[in-house]
Amino acid sequence: MKKLLNDPADAVTEALRGLAAAHPELSVDVDAKVVTRASGPTRGKVGLVSGGGSGHEPLHAGFVGHGMLDAACPGEVFTSPVPDQMLQATRAVDGGAGVLHVVKNYTGDVLNFQMAAEMADDEGVQVETVLVDDDVAVVDSTWTAGRRGTGATLFVEKVVGAAAERGDALGDLAALGREVVERTRSFGVALTPCTTPGSSKPGFELGEDQMELGVGIHGEPGRSTAPLATAREIAEASVAAIHDDMPLEGELLVLVNGMGGTPLMELYVLVDGVRAAVEGRGARIGRILVGDFVTSLEMAGSMVSLCRLTPQIAELWDAPVQTPALRWGR
Amino acid sequence: MSGGLDAARAGAWVRRLAELVQERKDELTDLDRPIGDSDHGVNLHRGMTAAVAALDAGDPATPGAVLTAVGSALVSKVGGASGPLYGTALRRAGKALGDAGEAGTPELARALRAALEGVVKLGGAQPGDATLVDALAPAVEALEAAAGRGDDPAAAARAAAGAAEEGALATTPMVARKGRASYLGERSAGHQDPGATSTALLVRALADALEGA
Repeated sequence: MKKLLNDPADAVTEALRGLAAAHPELSVDVDAKVVTRASGPTRGKVGLVSGGGSGHEPLHAGFVGHGMLDAACPGEVFTSPVPDQMLQATRAVDGGAGVLHVVKNYTGDVLNFQMAAEMADDEGVQVETVLVDDDVAVVDSTWTAGRRGTGATLFVEKVVGAAAERGDALGDLAALGREVVERTRSFGVALTPCTTPGSSKPGFELGEDQMELGVGIHGEPGRSTAPLATAREIAEASVAAIHDDMPLEGELLVLVNGMGGTPLMELYVLVDGVRAAVEGRGARIGRILVGDFVTSLEMAGSMVSLCRLTPQIAELWDAPVQTPALRWGR
Repeated sequence: MSGGLDAARAGAWVRRLAELVQERKDELTDLDRPIGDSDHGVNLHRGMTAAVAALDAGDPATPGAVLTAVGSALVSKVGGASGPLYGTALRRAGKALGDAGEAGTPELARALRAALEGVVKLGGAQPGDATLVDALAPAVEALEAAAGRGDDPAAAARAAAGAAEEGALATTPMVARKGRASYLGERSAGHQDPGATSTALLVRALADALEGA
């Protein structure tokens, strides 16, 4: 696998220096690996902090800015950040109204954020946590680490970010975040595996005529391997898996997400299939976002996330946002 | 009759573990590839490098202080699930040893029991879930049995290392119920757990240090 790298061990650090150069509206502590808004904390506003392994760009640092996150903590590639980073970020964005942690349900993310929240609490910073677990591919989650957090993370960060911007209180933001998670389900499909920088081999093997169903976002294998299907069939399978878990109705907020290696044209082909599959079940697309937002390095494939909208969630989704990877209305 | 775990031998334990992780980091990563995200060896290697640096910088005076410092370094540097779990295990063990200058077999058994309880409380895994608990729990039981027999620390640690290695091998047919491997469901069976494997290295390093190897 050919990659644009110097020493793979420096990839995260160098990418953060690049992020800082490209986005002067961000303040990047390269050594500590903490990205905050250059404007600093807003007095009286709840601070929003998220984080997770690198390799999912633009998640999370690309969503730091007005209307979304106040800080992001990028870890090593596909490895959650450490509590020290999260504690530093939490301190940095506390405007006196407390801090909300948005955490994807992966064991490492959960444990490290839990430790950071305890440390922040010891320092007198009030912290609440929203755990994102939207992935329907993880069946029987009582016998596993539970559903993974994937595409719903972006919905939570955008919707709760808008509510934080208008001044909602910490407890209300946590409740809103949990409502968004509760109303969202996702399903991922990989057409190719990905290779972490410095590794000689891809995360799993997949034949030319095969696809991996029910993948997460870390290059880990999914629930099953199946013969490669058409985009229409993949759209139908993704929507069906979600509908089986959470019956679709009314207006939906839709994310048709590329995993890093899928051309936008193919994602739009998928959108056409998702629209048909959704409408076939009596629901319709109310809002939609298409592109690479929650990625898995250069993996080809898609993740479909569907959120059953409420008027409040729709309004907050439409609210202005100004971040490196998501911006409208401002 | 060998001596117990003093600060020097605790330091030797950590350095021996760093060596073993360095030697076997590709193997740990290969074990992680089919069921995880292929970075266990790399992550632990990064953590152990930081742990050795913490020892060099601080020169802790008691075995308890050595383990606490190393545990903190792992939490601060590793990330993922391994950082908090290994870090908590060593910090709990260090705390259990208190200010004592040297730990005999019963104290070692109590320290490792505290480490196991810390890991179980944090990660929620039980024996049979295909995690590091499947190596650590039998090691603790072997240490406790050795303490009951009055074995010296080196013999006790040797028995514990053997039990941890057997425990790690026994994870192969298990279906993982915790951690990233659990997302694979039945497909996780047939793979030795990387965390259990590195935990066996941790206990083997203790035995090596107490034997002066």
